[in-house]
Amino acid sequence: MTADLALIWPELILTIGGLVTLLLGTFGGDRQVGLYQLAALVTLAAAAAAVVAMFGTQASVFSNTLEVDAFGGFAKLLIYAASFICILIAPRFFKDAMRAEYPVLILFAALGMGIMASARDLMTLYVGLELNSLAAYVLASFMRSDDRSSEAGLKYFVLGALASGMLLYGISLLYGFSGTTQFAGIAQAMGGGMNNGLLFGLVFVIAGLAFKISAVPFHMWTPDVYEGAPTPVTTFFASAPKVAAMALMTRVVIEAMGPATAAWQQIMIFLALASIILGAVGAIGQKNIKRLLAYSSINNVGFMLVGLAAGTQQGVESVLTYLLVYVVTTIGSFLVVLQLRDTDGNPIESIPALAGFSQRRPGLAAAMAVFLFSLAGIPPLFGFWPKYLVFQAAVDANLLPLAIAGIVASVIGAFYYIAVIKTMYFDDKSEVEFGTGGVVVEDAVITASALWLSVVGYFFIPVLAVVSATAAAVLF
Amino acid sequence: MSDLPILSLMLAVPAVAAIACVFAGDRNARLIALAATLIDFALGVMLWANFDIGGAQWQFQEMHRGIFGPFNYALGIDGIALVLIMLSVFLMPLCILASWQSVTKRVGLYMAMFLVMEVVMIGVFAAQDLLLFYIFFEAGLIPMYFIIGIWGGANRIYAAFKFFLYTLLGSVLMLIAMIAMIREAGTTDIPTLLVYNFPPEMQTWLWLAFFASLAVKMPMWPVHTWLPDAHVQAPTAGSMILAGVLLKMGSYGFIRFMMPMFPDASAQLMWIVFALSMIAVVYTSLVALVQSDMKKLIAYSSVAHMAIVTAGLFAFNQQGIEGAMIIMLSHGVVSAALFFCVGVIYDRLHTREIDRYGGLAVNMPAYALFFMLFTMASIGLPGTSGFVGEFLSLAGIYEASSWVALVCTTGIILGAAYMLYLYRRIVFGELTKDDVKAMPDINPREWAIFVPLAAVALWMGVYPESFLAPIRGDVTTVVARLAPAKPAGDAHVTAGKPKAAHDAHGEAAAGEAHHAGGVQ
Repeated sequence: MTADLALIWPELILTIGGLVTLLLGTFGGDRQVGLYQLAALVTLAAAAAAVVAMFGTQASVFSNTLEVDAFGGFAKLLIYAASFICILIAPRFFKDAMRAEYPVLILFAALGMGIMASARDLMTLYVGLELNSLAAYVLASFMRSDDRSSEAGLKYFVLGALASGMLLYGISLLYGFSGTTQFAGIAQAMGGGMNNGLLFGLVFVIAGLAFKISAVPFHMWTPDVYEGAPTPVTTFFASAPKVAAMALMTRVVIEAMGPATAAWQQIMIFLALASIILGAVGAIGQKNIKRLLAYSSINNVGFMLVGLAAGTQQGVESVLTYLLVYVVTTIGSFLVVLQLRDTDGNPIESIPALAGFSQRRPGLAAAMAVFLFSLAGIPPLFGFWPKYLVFQAAVDANLLPLAIAGIVASVIGAFYYIAVIKTMYFDDKSEVEFGTGGVVVEDAVITASALWLSVVGYFFIPVLAVVSATAAAVLF
Repeated sequence: MSDLPILSLMLAVPAVAAIACVFAGDRNARLIALAATLIDFALGVMLWANFDIGGAQWQFQEMHRGIFGPFNYALGIDGIALVLIMLSVFLMPLCILASWQSVTKRVGLYMAMFLVMEVVMIGVFAAQDLLLFYIFFEAGLIPMYFIIGIWGGANRIYAAFKFFLYTLLGSVLMLIAMIAMIREAGTTDIPTLLVYNFPPEMQTWLWLAFFASLAVKMPMWPVHTWLPDAHVQAPTAGSMILAGVLLKMGSYGFIRFMMPMFPDASAQLMWIVFALSMIAVVYTSLVALVQSDMKKLIAYSSVAHMAIVTAGLFAFNQQGIEGAMIIMLSHGVVSAALFFCVGVIYDRLHTREIDRYGGLAVNMPAYALFFMLFTMASIGLPGTSGFVGEFLSLAGIYEASSWVALVCTTGIILGAAYMLYLYRRIVFGELTKDDVKAMPDINPREWAIFVPLAAVALWMGVYPESFLAPIRGDVTTVVARLAPAKPAGDAHVTAGKPKAAHDAHGEAAAGEAHHAGGVQ
């Protein structure tokens, strides 16, 4: 037991850090919010350092309910980094509405996501998922006085509860027909022959998780929540929980349902193609940049699922690389959205208002163009590389029709990305005056991610390949 | 010389200059762009001077393994790539000069986009790694999208979208084919893939996927419709570079990838290429004949010329492919020049309507002279570059199929018709319109653009050996690679019957027979 505790340092740090920040907030009031923010950042950095220190360690802790391995480590690092940035960018957006709960909720969400990424037991999985979700519901409605924010929180909660119900139902079926909640045991049961109970359990568990990664047809909440939630929270939703849920989905289908690959592969193929196509088509008519990015995230999840559908180690590697590049792109693009303000500091979210944006804020427009071309997967931007990897994984796993359908549908997606670029670059200047000047941190993150996503990223391919291969190898 | 990574330098110079242009003022951006393109041209000349004709197939090779993980930074050129790189670096400074005054808004970005375009073009022709090639090939979409969309004509947004999505749709299928090739052959190295024998049934699918991409890029009928739109809406220099070099990426893909990598499929499916080429030659020539917009007319003539290129390539013989290469070069120079001819008078009158002009020979004699030269080169008058290419490729096509040759030759007649008709309406006739009367003849800057173009068009027409020598060996390699799959042509060449000779004359008779076979 004590030995086990030594292996979950990141989780311990996050728990203690979160509780301390919460206590500070309770006694200190909302005026000291900068202090809590700092505490949360230090906590996340420490947790990340612990993950790095333990990278490569592989051990099962607490009677095999939690796995400490490189796969979880990779996911956790991404989650912590994304959470770090989401705390960093919050104060400027919320101004006086910033409260102590924000960093605390993000810390607990990060804790839950870390558990999701390491869970090897259906119950641990569920606990991690709910810890994250409950924090997320509150975060979505963080602007209590704003109708859209409250609506987003409520909608997220109701639909999230439905998805949790489906997940739990699936878990109960799996437990009932395999006699265990542990991934290894379920894999053993499935290896001994599928039956309808296990199959139904598998379908329901995947459906519940598909909700969390917002794969079509479980995506309906995404555009509304992304639009309604405060932008820093949307940034958070679009980055960290996607990583956690995708890592969880990967671990579940590979470790727990590995022997039933044939059963879930067809589900993944459907989810992938449906997400790519609907994510692309749905985005075309959008006039709100946050909604557009929501559809873009659905679209991108579809591409990740192409890699997962391959069901091979190469496929998992491609998913991990995709997640990393996706998180960088998403955070970058939402930071640009965060900087879209008029001279009074009111946020601008309408795409037509961006007409001629490149002449008002050339640097910001260029960064946005990089992010959008990268999301569309146009080389030489680095967004091309993960797309290439997932399609390579699919082709190598003999899923040629999936690869062809997916890549052709990606052209539909390119349409709306270049449509936004058209608005920014080709159209005449709109009436809207943009306020200038961001915070140094935001500018630095935008610049760094835009640079990385331009050709610079290609030089990181060898490192990425090693890391993702190490992480993916532990599942096989 | 061998230590200097010339190809990398040629990529680096415009890349650095592009970044500088974004931050420079209007005037400085123009100067930086001109300087960078001239430096690249000088490097190109060095490249050509040091190219060992008849030496190793691949020269100036640079290979850095591992920096990009599974694929390599591998550059290198053969003769075919050399001449196309030369074409690119030759046209670029002229394009910059052509937009010296006509582009007034966002000059820094404009120049940066052109310099990125130059990086992309050189990269495409110099890449020796399949993925590196694809990255450069696709990267061209972004600068061209901006060039058409920001500095284009009235309907520029439609044209930019159409250009982008059309070419992207084709390219993604090629990417899937490349993934399959890499999986099958286990390498991304182009020289290795060139000699790898893919299973014939796989070749068919790979061929079709590549064809989907390259046919759009070429462009071939019926997927050519993006080209007239893009050309008409693009600024003058954009049209010059689009017609001059970007279209050649398609035909370069044919000769570099489809034919040597999939010889069986190429032989099996050559009827598709011939059929589409024949339709394109006749149909687009007829369409060109009825255009009232100058740029559209030249755009359609490009499609017709590129169709002769494809037919020549798929003749599978030395003349056909060499001729196709010369048409590519010639068309690169001549169509760029013709688009500049349009640009010159467009800058003065701001319309591309043919009917708005007339009688320019009176007040713009020097312009009329240059326009005449390029019109003749486009038609293929002997002594100009067009003749050499068309003659060689049609001779090659005739050997493969006399029917295809017959149909393709009508393209030359129709080409003469639409080009002369265009010339007559613009340059000859009465000088009646007042605003046309007021147009001044070409200025020194325009002279500086016309003279090199004219010189090269004549050089290529009078002494094509300069351009044929570097490519001959590589064309022979391609022909040899295609030889086992090559179908019999319908030109049944019979060797001359040697007379029953005495033993003493046997050798002479054999020599005569050989001679007869050589003439064909």
